[in-house]
Amino acid sequence: MSIEIVDPVAEAEEASPDRRTLRRLGWVGWISIGVIVLALLMAVLGPILAPFDPNQGDLSFANVGPFGQHLLGFDGQGRDVLSRLLVGARTAIFGAAAVALVAVVIGTTLALVTAWFGGKVDATASVVIDVVFAFPGILLAILAAAVFGPSLFSAGLALAIAYSPYVARVLRGAALKERAMTYIAALEVQGFGAWRLCARHLLPNISSLIVAQGTILFGFAMVDLAAISFLGLGVQTPQADWGVMVSEGKTSLLQGYPLVSISAVLCIVAVVAAVSFLGDRLDTSSKAVNR
Amino acid sequence: MSDEVRGPATRATLDDAQPVLSVRNLRKVFGTQVAVDDMTFDLMPGRSLAIVGESGSGKTTVARMICGLEKPTSGTITACGRDRSKPARRGSERKARGREVQIVFQDPYSSLDPRQSGAELIDEVLRVHHDHDAADRKRIVAELAEVVGLDQRQINALPKALSGGQRQRVAIARALATDPRVLILDESVAALDVSIQAQVLNVLADIRDDRGISYILISHDLAVVRQLTEETIVMQRGVVVERGETGQVLDDPQHPYTKLLRASVPGPGWKPQRMRDRIAAQA
Repeated sequence: MSIEIVDPVAEAEEASPDRRTLRRLGWVGWISIGVIVLALLMAVLGPILAPFDPNQGDLSFANVGPFGQHLLGFDGQGRDVLSRLLVGARTAIFGAAAVALVAVVIGTTLALVTAWFGGKVDATASVVIDVVFAFPGILLAILAAAVFGPSLFSAGLALAIAYSPYVARVLRGAALKERAMTYIAALEVQGFGAWRLCARHLLPNISSLIVAQGTILFGFAMVDLAAISFLGLGVQTPQADWGVMVSEGKTSLLQGYPLVSISAVLCIVAVVAAVSFLGDRLDTSSKAVNR
Repeated sequence: MSDEVRGPATRATLDDAQPVLSVRNLRKVFGTQVAVDDMTFDLMPGRSLAIVGESGSGKTTVARMICGLEKPTSGTITACGRDRSKPARRGSERKARGREVQIVFQDPYSSLDPRQSGAELIDEVLRVHHDHDAADRKRIVAELAEVVGLDQRQINALPKALSGGQRQRVAIARALATDPRVLILDESVAALDVSIQAQVLNVLADIRDDRGISYILISHDLAVVRQLTEETIVMQRGVVVERGETGQVLDDPQHPYTKLLRASVPGPGWKPQRMRDRIAAQA
């Protein structure tokens, strides 16, 4: 049996903290990265990779199982399921990513501003955050659909706004803790401005938490966007989208042909799970490296 | 201001009779609690002042007000002829103040950004304050590392790879990077073990001799006070109860509270029970 001796000083010197965080991912982390890369490839190249026209249906093939080049068979309107999955990846993934990104940007900004200035700014922002908290994301999205008409944009924007208080809440606590550290005070005495302190010192030190929040929200956003599309208020049929496919698949499901819904659901679950696992792994391993 | 490279030459031209730091009737109230009341003192160039007192006596609040982290309720603070009683309005003013007074905190573990090495930290401070080129900054970083006694590896390591004493040396180097006239040491060696404490104190004494810097030493450790300062102010519940030459205050305390502080240091024949009685009598 051999014992691995890790010299912390040598380890600290040989690579940046971010590098070492990656090194500790483990196999779950790497599989997650694999799934995410695959999903991103689908989202970017889907329309090129799709072997058939995703919207061209032939009713004589309705609910016909896989054969030949049609690896996943046909949906209830005789459209190629694999092609629709490949094309539908774009709205599902980029839509969710955009929602998570906007929510994280709004939430982080709110958290930093409230933690930095404290006092009245903090109190006012907290009231606003609590009010937005009271609206469930889906409800806000339905409201947005009613006002601006059903589309991916209005649904996504509503979700992003609904999610941002969660980010703000969690990050405000972390930012307050970091703000109280004496290294921030020491740099204030040096004459550093609030902007530099936040952007170059405070933000990087809560970055692992921000990434973790982003990945959690990505999962939420993907499922919620699919649910909104399922309700017919997000991406509009016949445009291919994983959420829309789950919705359309329900007629086939009732006729005893579950493959359409199941394939779209599996795609959603795989991507959400991969992103959540990765976020979790990044969070724990960066904590192990940095503290 | 031409304090860009304020070396010994410009220092000599400053009037030695002018206090480098002047505090007048300083008062700080938190809610209904008076933390500091009517504090007045002058600090002459190259001289060092100790502020001693028990926890909660207001000495750290004084330090925070002097370096601008806390706003005084009333009173004035003047450093190098510049009033700093109110928060700086402009970035240039804030930086100029940073070149006058610096501070080294007590806890070496939270006083450094965990993602930044000592060299990167000092480099950033230099970039904020001056427009030296990269080679100059590198030279200054190396000089400061030598002054505080850190080798090439230590100054380039992240804080987590350094010991408490080494981190405190980085913090001292950071404070010296702006070449301040006044350095506040807020219990700066209290968290270090005795042998490391002695090393850091030697570094601080050397720095003062070389640079003519003035120290304000906030401490409860009377041995450290004796080693590093000429003057001492004793605070109790926010008020100055005794002041004078350090040797005199420590050897021949006049105020009962100072006597108590002095007697609280364990030594031969020291009995806890007797201390308890004296503290009870004080209260």
